[in-house]
Amino acid sequence: MSILIQSIIVSIFVAAAASLLGSFAILKRMALVGDALSHVALPGIALALIFNFNPFLGAVIFLIAAVTGIWFLEYKSDLSVETLVGVFFAASLALGAVITPEHELLETLLGNIASLTRQESLISILISIALIVFILKIRKKLALNMISEELAQSIGIKNRRLELAYLMIFALIVALGIRFVGALLMGSLVIIPAASAKNLAKSLNSFLSLSVIFGIIAAASGVYIAYIYNFSPGPIFILISAIFFIISLIIRKFNQI
Amino acid sequence: MKILEIKNLNVRLGGTKVLEDINFEVEKGEVLAIIGPNGAGKTVLLKTLLGILPYKGEIKWQPNIKIGYVPQRMDIETDIPLTVAEFLKLRGKIVSDENIKEKLKNVGLNENILKSGLGKISIGQRQRILVAFSTLNDPDVLLFDEPTADIDIAGQESIYKMLHQLQKSFDFTVILVSHDLNVVYRYADKVLCLNKKNICLGTPKEIFNTEQLLNLYGGEKGFYAHKHQ
Repeated sequence: MSILIQSIIVSIFVAAAASLLGSFAILKRMALVGDALSHVALPGIALALIFNFNPFLGAVIFLIAAVTGIWFLEYKSDLSVETLVGVFFAASLALGAVITPEHELLETLLGNIASLTRQESLISILISIALIVFILKIRKKLALNMISEELAQSIGIKNRRLELAYLMIFALIVALGIRFVGALLMGSLVIIPAASAKNLAKSLNSFLSLSVIFGIIAAASGVYIAYIYNFSPGPIFILISAIFFIISLIIRKFNQI
Repeated sequence: MKILEIKNLNVRLGGTKVLEDINFEVEKGEVLAIIGPNGAGKTVLLKTLLGILPYKGEIKWQPNIKIGYVPQRMDIETDIPLTVAEFLKLRGKIVSDENIKEKLKNVGLNENILKSGLGKISIGQRQRILVAFSTLNDPDVLLFDEPTADIDIAGQESIYKMLHQLQKSFDFTVILVSHDLNVVYRYADKVLCLNKKNICLGTPKEIFNTEQLLNLYGGEKGFYAHKHQ
């Protein structure tokens, strides 16, 4: 299998999982969490590169520590979580940038899906599928939690546990996506397809489906175009997604008239 | 038959005492209205009864009771991509199309509304949809938190009429928070006046003598206490 086809297939699965998650991030108005989280992954990746273990593992360890921290702080601290996240996560990015070996820095920041080995690709696909299945399974609970926590609680949904599950999914998807679009653009991989879908969708089902479709099309075409013209695939993916977003915005305005 | 018993209920939020030594009981089939000024802890009391907030003291529901809850408001955007039908189905397995039709009829809404966006319908309609949502499992008790400023008076009046009808036909118990004393007077069997502590408890007729209300809302003394020398 050529590198191109392998990259396209991986990017499709990762983008599908990320944009599905993104729909819920938009519902919860947590659009910037992905950006903040991707910064945390950076020191993890850097340590993995320095000590020669798998960067995915390094990213996952740091991300899971970070989301567990957010989860605790959300209820324990008087300080605004946003403030803490803002400071702490920017510091992570800075630390990551300092300790990442310089020749690896660009790839870590912008991603390069073509550098994935066959085995890494397979693992990425499997984790993506598992996450998609899991999100679909808990989608009703997630949606209700995001609309009204009290209403969710009143019908017996365990909000705290659900929120932890959601953050863990987020952490894993960031770890997967960072190889594709890099730490700088990871937040956009999650958010832009969902933001475009929201401009067009009236129902939850169409919202989720459109978001995944936009993610998949942008991923496949992004990787292909980047391969042909020898660009980095992550930024091309984001640019295509941004074009989708602009088109969806125009259609939305058109519909409102 | 007692359906709920509250003894020495205390709730603290962020170090502040919000509810202090609350005691009351609710009988099956009763309508209990909770009244009190803004910030008296009415919504907090409902949420504590639901088990959302931590508390000290005793909250004893009848075993295996099914509780429905209608929150004061839902903080959603008008362009939320969620139809009314999808919203009702978020409830999970108990939701059949039959069940939805029945509950919509109960709250006086037409089936056409199912296809509308949840953020597009009026606030009064959304309130009815919330009642439909919370009655999907045919609860024994309905906790109803009155929307404050969002609904016009005519809209509120008709919601209470509807609740009253529902309560009569299905014989559930209602615990409601209200600001509208007129509504309370007409529909409640029992009134709990709340201002951190429970200040009074009784039938509407007993409660609505001026002295009790003055105590609750601060009354003339609160506003005009100044001495002439």
